[in-house]
Amino acid sequence: MSLRIVVTVKYVPDATGDRHFADDLTVDRDDVDGLLSELDEYAVEQALQIAEDADDAEVTVLTVGPEDAKDALRKALSMGADKAVHVEDDDLHGTDAIGTSLVLAKAIEKAGFDLVVSGMASTDGTMGVVPALVAERLGVPQVTLLSEVSVEDGTVKGRRDGDAASEQLEAQLPALVSVTDQSGEARYPSFKGIMAAKKKPVESWDLSDLDIEAEEVGLDGAFTKVETADARPARTAGTIVKDEGEGGKQLAEFLAGQKFI
Amino acid sequence: MAEVLVYVDHVDGAVRKPTLELLTLARRLGEPVAVALGNGAADTAATLAEHGAVKVLTHDASEYADYLVVPKVDALQAAHEAVSPAAVLVPSSAEGKEIAARLALRIGSGIITDAVDLEAGAEGPVATQSVFAASFTTKSRVVKGTPVITVKPNSAAVEAAPAAGAVEALAVTFSDKATGTKVTGRTPRESTGRPELTEAAIVVSGGRGVNGAENFAIIEALADQLGAAVGASRAAVDAGWYPHTNQVGQTGKSVSPQLYIANGISGAIQHRAGMQTSKTIVAVNKDAEAPIFELVDYGVVGDLFDVVPQLTEEIKTRKG
Ligand SMILES: Cc1cc2nc3c(=O)[nH]c(=O)nc-3n(C[C@H](O)[C@H](O)[C@H](O)COP(=O)(O)OP(=O)(O)OC[C@H]3O[C@@H](n4cnc5c(N)ncnc54)[C@H](O)[C@@H]3O)c2cc1C
Ligand SMILES: Nc1ncnc2c1ncn2[C@@H]1O[C@H](COP(=O)(O)O)[C@@H](O)[C@H]1O
Repeated sequence: MSLRIVVTVKYVPDATGDRHFADDLTVDRDDVDGLLSELDEYAVEQALQIAEDADDAEVTVLTVGPEDAKDALRKALSMGADKAVHVEDDDLHGTDAIGTSLVLAKAIEKAGFDLVVSGMASTDGTMGVVPALVAERLGVPQVTLLSEVSVEDGTVKGRRDGDAASEQLEAQLPALVSVTDQSGEARYPSFKGIMAAKKKPVESWDLSDLDIEAEEVGLDGAFTKVETADARPARTAGTIVKDEGEGGKQLAEFLAGQKFI
Repeated sequence: MAEVLVYVDHVDGAVRKPTLELLTLARRLGEPVAVALGNGAADTAATLAEHGAVKVLTHDASEYADYLVVPKVDALQAAHEAVSPAAVLVPSSAEGKEIAARLALRIGSGIITDAVDLEAGAEGPVATQSVFAASFTTKSRVVKGTPVITVKPNSAAVEAAPAAGAVEALAVTFSDKATGTKVTGRTPRESTGRPELTEAAIVVSGGRGVNGAENFAIIEALADQLGAAVGASRAAVDAGWYPHTNQVGQTGKSVSPQLYIANGISGAIQHRAGMQTSKTIVAVNKDAEAPIFELVDYGVVGDLFDVVPQLTEEIKTRKG
């Protein structure tokens, strides 16, 4: 029987660009270049490796996001995923983590799954909670923040390197895993992969396809509200000295002046 | 006065500093009721009482150590039912955020993560967050249900505020999902004797410029003179020179110490994301154009192999 893997990937504003807020205090996704969140490339990579190790597997990449989020799906398809699902709806604008997890969970159920693979966090919101929320909604084990993962005989195993300890984890499928950037370099799409991706199916679903009411998501449905967003004042220019043999001593003098020594 | 639930992060009864900071913040919102789970839970009470906990709800069961996250969510949910708090505060560790998120979903509430400050507002707690690699500061509120908020380490000063701290046993029934993810092995991280990276008042970091695992001894020597924690950039971690648990940045730890000293680190946006809110920033880098110098209060353009040992020596001399 085929192993059905769904990878959740997010389309995010480029972190090296000028990220900012729109007038309604949502993350501006229109005026800023976007891309497949780099941390989700690791999720795609691990999903592909798990699929390669299985006798028979199918990898679906799923994103919830605006029109341009298709770019993220194309990238994942060109890395080697088999098909893609794009959940897109005007009413999704401003959806928070709780709402996003609802949409993802419904879409994952509709797609059908044995294993969900997520990234450790999105590079824009950086909350790192959506995988746990999706697992809660799906009622499946969460095996999250793995730096190593494998699937064998219906069991997923992995290593979670936490603050206090490194833990070996295990759960029965169906399950949800998330992987960190320690899980292994993500592959670059090959030319062949890029060409093949153009022919791979991308389905588009809206809220009605998922039986979700507009009030449950979007800015109005959100459980949290951003009241103000202010650019951090630029740090006042510091003192910069060139080391001419006394740099360490000068630095010590500064630290002493600040009462650090 | 309203009660505020505070989830206690502790190791066998020893309360970690971020939890004490949470108690300071919780007192701005109401009376802190602490929830301590697992081995040594009851031993946390004295410290928590000293810092303002009016009550300490405790529960110990092997499930907390043997299964991931969900047993703790079940317990926190039981505490939420028992107390009907005005807010739930959880330390912003990776696990803390997962626990908080699942709790929020179960109780029909919104969640805010990684707050760096909290204040009482007319319509409930207002959380300050630092976003987009600390280039923006936002203020947010939970607008549905009981606010569930995770708070970063070093967001408030620890203050003594003696309170009753009455210990009460929490009744917990585990859900059938509690045993879904089994912990089959655990290797505790070896203690270095240095302060915890996220809790340290001073952090001394090394990057690609350190140029080798053996050279990290120079960074450690400076750290030890200052009683500091040691951090590393991802480039240094990826090269295998220093453990990933010490990585500072977007995919490592986020630190906010009184003093951050970056040595041989260029200051890429993903590194800044983890250190930009430090109070005082110092850098040593041989490239005067390195972006890290845009952030510094004091910068030395020079070779770290000259500057850092001289600094360490000078501190030693001054200390006498
Ligand atoms: C999704 C994602 C997540 C990431 N997460 C993180 C993260 O969590 N943390 C992180 O740090 N990075 C992270 N990065 C990587 C980040 O983009 C940079 O690549 C990294 O921070 C560079 O590390 P560095 O400054 O040590 O190295 P470099 O950028 O190579 O800089 C080395 C610096 O050392 C200086 N130098 C060299 N020799 C000497 C000497 N002898 N004396 C003094 N100075 C010297 C050089 O002038 C240079 O400025 C992430 C990247 C991505 C895409
Ligand atoms: N809009 C989205 N579409 C698809 N996946 C998402 C979306 N938002 C979050 N995710 C997934 O959840 C992970 C953690 O996101 P976050 O909790 O927002 O930091 C990401 O790495 C993705 O795998």
